[in-house]
Amino acid sequence: MSLQPVPHIIGRGIFIPGADIDTDRIIPARFMKCVTFDGLGEFAFYDVRYNSDTGEKTDHPLNDPRFADASILIAGLNFGCGSSREHAPQSLKKFGFNGLIAESFAEIFFGNSTTLAMPCVVATHADITALRDAVEADPTLEITIDVQKLEVRTSGGHQFSVRMPDSAREALLSGRWDPIQELLDNQDAVAITAKALHYV
Amino acid sequence: MGKSLFQKVWDAHTVGTIADGRTQLLIGTHLIHEVTSPQAFGMLRDLGLTVKYPTRTFATVDHIVPTQNQDAPQDPLAAEMMQALRKNCDDFGVTYFDLASGKQGIVHVVGPEQGITQPGTTIACGDSHTATHGAFGAIAFGIGTTQVRDVLATQTLALEALKVRRIEVNGSLRPGVYAKDVILHIIRQLGAQGGIGFAYEYAGDVFDRMSMEERMTVCNMSIEGGARCGYVNPDAKTIAYLSGRPYVDMENFSETASRWLSFASDADADYDDIVRISAEEIEPSVTWGISPDQGIGITESIPDPAKASSPLEKSSIEEALAYMKLAPGTPIQGVPIQVAFIGSCTNGRLSDFREVAKYISGHRVASGVTAIVVPGSQIVAKQCEAEGIPDIFRAAGFEWRGAGCSMCLAMNPDKLVGDQLCASSSNRNFKGRQGSPTGRTILMSPVMVAAAAIRGSVADAREVFTLQPSAAVAS
Ligand code: SF4
Repeated sequence: MSLQPVPHIIGRGIFIPGADIDTDRIIPARFMKCVTFDGLGEFAFYDVRYNSDTGEKTDHPLNDPRFADASILIAGLNFGCGSSREHAPQSLKKFGFNGLIAESFAEIFFGNSTTLAMPCVVATHADITALRDAVEADPTLEITIDVQKLEVRTSGGHQFSVRMPDSAREALLSGRWDPIQELLDNQDAVAITAKALHYV
Repeated sequence: MGKSLFQKVWDAHTVGTIADGRTQLLIGTHLIHEVTSPQAFGMLRDLGLTVKYPTRTFATVDHIVPTQNQDAPQDPLAAEMMQALRKNCDDFGVTYFDLASGKQGIVHVVGPEQGITQPGTTIACGDSHTATHGAFGAIAFGIGTTQVRDVLATQTLALEALKVRRIEVNGSLRPGVYAKDVILHIIRQLGAQGGIGFAYEYAGDVFDRMSMEERMTVCNMSIEGGARCGYVNPDAKTIAYLSGRPYVDMENFSETASRWLSFASDADADYDDIVRISAEEIEPSVTWGISPDQGIGITESIPDPAKASSPLEKSSIEEALAYMKLAPGTPIQGVPIQVAFIGSCTNGRLSDFREVAKYISGHRVASGVTAIVVPGSQIVAKQCEAEGIPDIFRAAGFEWRGAGCSMCLAMNPDKLVGDQLCASSSNRNFKGRQGSPTGRTILMSPVMVAAAAIRGSVADAREVFTLQPSAAVAS
């Protein structure tokens, strides 16, 4: 299976405020009553985008027309914590996001996103704050997440380094972000390991 | 230098290294449920693949099943998901503990109950509370749906090894302090992000003394502390619990048991971090916010953002209090509740219901409070019935329901309405978690939930019931 390498992501940004944004917030459980991931995009962050009493749109940044074209999500600490639901990154991807920059990511969310070719890079609080201010001042700012160089650059002249585990970087750069083929290729070794375990 | 259980299990299950540097890890046991598996089977079909080791995958239905009229969900989407799971299990030869089996329940209750959960094994499930199974000395963690596909197709996952943090709790828990309070306290101390990159090893006298069910309560909430998995080293209690269970091979049991015990961490094991907590400092705990680390002892007051140590902490307290509609600096005791929920994979086992049943006779759920009790599995329900427990709850004004996840995440009809406040024995107090976008959750032990239901407000169970030292923990 040959996949597209992901050396960089270019797009406009949007800042989602708050730490510990959990996957229930990203996609409320009631929208997981589905047997495919299609159609999840419209429910991303649903309960913060809509007022539950009136059904009207809130003043959440995702409703702000200035950020309508954003494809890079900028966030704080521990983004994507909570449940393992892949519905969360799936809904973000279908909403139109291609990459994320945050102060940290919850692990399961991080892994799920990488497998969808959606890089998640980690930046310092100071760099995130500066980027947030810049994007809010000029939503048309072009942001590049450079997976190769592990840095973020903007058309406004910002430049800072970001972190990502080597394996995820390698997987994105080499077009191996979905590991299924490699896992399938090693089935002889799997059988040997399984045999030694007494229970498989 | 010796090895920790994590390292031993990891090494024994390592198949090799893939090109990006990750380990290909064999997953000996795969648990699936209706919410996160249908798309994985869809991917399998799209790729023309099959289930590689169908006998190592076990399915049940838990998240969306109603707790009343269980096999006939009114919700067509829920019915469709149940049918999809049935078909996928039939098509690929996977064992399915369905409603008719008498063994259905929350996947993290069913695995241990059947003896599928065993020491020294790797367990994965498309559910973050898979860490529960670590109570048996298994390395067990939650995975995404694409990874469910990977396990179905190859019985392996591409993973990065975790660091290991040993959390030692020594001393004696005070009366009225339960396993739930221990883990809420740990999460409060280390933070919801503290465990990122770590497996948690729970050790020390307190965990040694705990029953297997209590250990499950602790391991269950590892993910709330950011740790993808948590475990307790296997010991004689682990062996005794598993002996005679349906999926345990009793023929060579003593050999099996010694193999299981050999996975326990060596005395001179190397840890990336060690945290020590004294049991005496743990109070019955409750959360006040929208993240499980926003917790306090029952006698404490709700935090005041004005006293926060950083701007970030200040804004997160403010956000939580605004959502929870709680006043800063005021006692948490006395905050009125409208709903009480006892159940979930954290606290929905026989010992939880037994413990509450010990105290509630002669009490009555306060008027205006809806109190529902949901056993974690059909077998738990049956065990409770044999002991007359449902009648004790009903007599005190609780509703006794059928097995499932229920109001833990409200994908079935059990939901909060509007901004109702729920005293809950579950594991997550996230915004909207219990089914209403403005619904509010306070996490606590089952006995504390019962106390709150009876008072109609958050209460100290030690006062509501004259609590003696908890038999299970103190024995
Ligand atoms: S009881 Fe709650 S936390 Fe546990 S598996 Fe069900 S929904 Fe998830």
